[in-house]
Amino acid sequence: MAAIARLWNSDLFWSFRTTPTAVISAAVALVCILGAVLAPVLAPYNPFDLASLDLMDAFNPPAFMEEGSWAHPFGTDDQGRDVLSAIMYGARVSLLVGVSATAFALALGVLVGLLAGYAGGAVDAVLMRIADIQLTFPNILIALLIDGVARAALPRELHDQLAVYVVIVAIGISEWPKFARTVRGSALVERNKEYVLAARVIGISPARIMLTHVLPNVLGPLLVLATLNLGLAILSEATLSFLGVGVPPTQPSLGTLIRIGNDFLFSGEWWIAIFPGLALVAMVLSVNLLGDWLRDALNPRLR
Amino acid sequence: MAALLEVRDLVVEFPTRRGTLRALDEVSFDIAPGEVLGVVGESGAGKSMTGAAIIGLLEPPGRIAGGSISLRGQRIDNLSRREMRRIRGKRIGAIFQDPLTTLNPLYTVGRQLTETMQTHLDIDAAEARRRAIGWLEMVGIPAAAERIDAYPHQFSGGMRQRVVIALALCAEPEMVVADEPTTALDVSIQAQVIALLKRLTREKGTSVMLITHDMGVIAETADRVAVMYAGRVAEIGPVRSVVKAASHPYSAGLMASIPPLSHRVEHLPQIDGAMPRLTAIPTGCAYNPRCPHVFDRCKVERPELLPANETRAACWLFDSHAPRERAHV
Amino acid sequence: MSEALVARIPEAPNFEAPIFEARDLSRAFDVSKPVLQRLIAREGKRLLRAVDGVSFAIPRGTTLSLVGESGCGKSTVARLAVGLYEPSGGEALFEGQDLAEARKSVAQRRRMQMIFQDPYASLNPRWRVADIIGEPIRAFGIANGGAALREKVGALLRQVGLSPADGNRFPHEFSGGQRQRISIARALSSNPDFLVCDEPTSALDVSVQAQILNLMKDLQRRLGLTYLFISHNLAVVRQVSDQVGVMYLGRIVESAPAERLFTTPRHPYTRALMEAIPDLDMVGKERQPVGGEVPSPINPPSGCTFNPRCPLANDRCRAERPALIAARGTPETLVACHAVEEGRDGFESRVAA
Repeated sequence: MAAIARLWNSDLFWSFRTTPTAVISAAVALVCILGAVLAPVLAPYNPFDLASLDLMDAFNPPAFMEEGSWAHPFGTDDQGRDVLSAIMYGARVSLLVGVSATAFALALGVLVGLLAGYAGGAVDAVLMRIADIQLTFPNILIALLIDGVARAALPRELHDQLAVYVVIVAIGISEWPKFARTVRGSALVERNKEYVLAARVIGISPARIMLTHVLPNVLGPLLVLATLNLGLAILSEATLSFLGVGVPPTQPSLGTLIRIGNDFLFSGEWWIAIFPGLALVAMVLSVNLLGDWLRDALNPRLR
Repeated sequence: MAALLEVRDLVVEFPTRRGTLRALDEVSFDIAPGEVLGVVGESGAGKSMTGAAIIGLLEPPGRIAGGSISLRGQRIDNLSRREMRRIRGKRIGAIFQDPLTTLNPLYTVGRQLTETMQTHLDIDAAEARRRAIGWLEMVGIPAAAERIDAYPHQFSGGMRQRVVIALALCAEPEMVVADEPTTALDVSIQAQVIALLKRLTREKGTSVMLITHDMGVIAETADRVAVMYAGRVAEIGPVRSVVKAASHPYSAGLMASIPPLSHRVEHLPQIDGAMPRLTAIPTGCAYNPRCPHVFDRCKVERPELLPANETRAACWLFDSHAPRERAHV
Repeated sequence: MSEALVARIPEAPNFEAPIFEARDLSRAFDVSKPVLQRLIAREGKRLLRAVDGVSFAIPRGTTLSLVGESGCGKSTVARLAVGLYEPSGGEALFEGQDLAEARKSVAQRRRMQMIFQDPYASLNPRWRVADIIGEPIRAFGIANGGAALREKVGALLRQVGLSPADGNRFPHEFSGGQRQRISIARALSSNPDFLVCDEPTSALDVSVQAQILNLMKDLQRRLGLTYLFISHNLAVVRQVSDQVGVMYLGRIVESAPAERLFTTPRHPYTRALMEAIPDLDMVGKERQPVGGEVPSPINPPSGCTFNPRCPLANDRCRAERPALIAARGTPETLVACHAVEEGRDGFESRVAA
């Protein structure tokens, strides 16, 4: 109880409560996340159960249109799949890839950033030049490259099995430099602070100083960056899947759904692409707005 | 003589989520024409806030919530931003601790000086430039005629602060607010800058409000001193009296705790505890929890500035009308 | 036979030796531009000699202060003295043993600690006070077990005038003076003998400064501590020091017992510095501040580095670097000044007057 009261009264939570954008985005993000995570429980149909698909149901429009029915609130696609259910399952894949890729980028970035920030000198120069070079290429290009390499290197069957992981690694690698640069910058500032000198005087090892002193003090900016990056990672995955090089069609993500729907966009069955698109926008926008709020709330100069 | 600047019961408040904080609580003082008023106090006492309120540069969300500030009888606390900008520079100059906050890094010092003068004085460009060189010479910049076209980063810290002084004085204001003008400088440079500020303001008859935590600087420069504590004026009076024979127990303790250069003291007199945060200012006299002479009245009733020896002090010890409830000091 | 035996005994700790000694200690920093820029601009390497041949010794239980303006190298000496920097020349000795060598031993390393200037940067904002003070105790294995650690931290907090319950709070809940007390408690937690204090009171308000100075003097008396005290404030230095070294551009220009230095300063720079200090006794007085500014340590003046600002400078001062030698007239003062050596500083006539 006391912990809840403390959270409720904390400055961060107060800022959250009094920022309508933050509350609304959090609500939207929560709906997206719950819908995705609990898809097997909440979704009206299982879009992957081929037995339940009936081509007679194909191309049903959404419920609010004349021929629509509440059996399929967002209509059905060319296979007779319920679009709402497909979105919920698709969001699950998108979210899984986004979160994993961001976590991967975060871990890699923190490791490289701490190493560069503490070692300094040549190690720092080499690592940061690598990051700089990578930053000059668009993320999606890096991800495409890695995906292409994986496709060429792995046998087709194995690649299909591993496709989700390949996408996670591809997106993760394309995004680590931002984390590394943030961590390095903060580590450079922190390591000259007197509390770090005090730890050095008593002979605490550099690795330990980095983990126990420096890292906790760079978590704030990292959290902001990770939140903002989550949106980007989800978008990257959608882009890859839209281009047909992302997750396999047996596990369609939002991007895959949009690609499928794209074929029918101009033949009148717009809902197959538009609803997954709206879901993607809602998810990315709410996460990004939350990230923006967090950045402002953690910045003491704007408080 | 009529006061140049009159501050009456000035209240500055900061709305925060946990209620409104009073950063300044009924601060009153005058500055006479040509006078140097020193304002001292520890960090958080409200001395810089007072300066900022006078020049209209309170940082939001801080706002003047009561009282008045008048320059030659004209209220300046309720002016619009535009009107205040005209007063600032023209009638009140400002010098801050960090010269880089005052100087624009993108313009040469000459351009900043001439622009200031042309905005506020009725002179042409050639005259402004001639005067700018004169000002730089006056503040002791060597080779002023060449250095006038240099940028702020090409000057050392001490030289930059000299340029800032020139900038603050070049429009011939009636007074200058100098907030910790020498704190960022080394001792030997500090002495040069203080001597310069003193000489120039005396020559021009400019009043100075000198805000600093350094009692030594005040002792050398000020005519009168206001000692601030927890957003209030604790004592105000002639510099000699405040420095040598302070009446308020806080000012007395503050003066005593300054380590002397002239001799070694085995145990320095110290004031125990710390100044209260704005969120927890005690009732009655704000100094009462730390005061060695505290008695019951101090804990409930806030003292006004009362005549005390040669100064005026906000302390019940000097209330001649009330019965003394305290034991002998 | 017996002589050979003695010679083979490994060096025992020498209790007569000063606890810390600097012998011709130097530290230069590479302030060159990055390699590529340097090649394009055809510039050589540029060295900043932050500390340039400094020697002093601190006897057990005493305080030696180094005083000077920013850029004089005093903080660099402080960091050299606890091994945060490696010397680029000369020797730093801890009880007669090379400092880097001494710091390899846990038993010796725990005996030296440091107190810093900025009470807001010297405590990790994410750690509780008990963890901050407990870090050296854990690192050196001084108290075993949680209860013993808690007890030790509580005792340390009491020793610096705080309460054991304060251990559960975070640094931001304390005022500047209280934070400096926590810093001192952390330094004391490893039961050190030698404390390097880098401007420990210059970020504090005066009334709090008095509290901290009194606390430090009290702790020195009770625990027999040895201090290397770094400050730019001469008045503070006078209150705490046994011996004082005045630094200018990386060198000690004058060194003397504290009372001697303050009553009869000899180097023109020391005299100018004392003259420049605003003092309460100066109400309404005028004075002549020393002119000029501290030159860049990257490109210091030749000869005596103070010569461009010195009223006594002559051709010899501009050409020849003065050595730190016993001053004419006050032999316990060491001073690096040709004018003093030659008797051009008017000392005799001042004394006679």
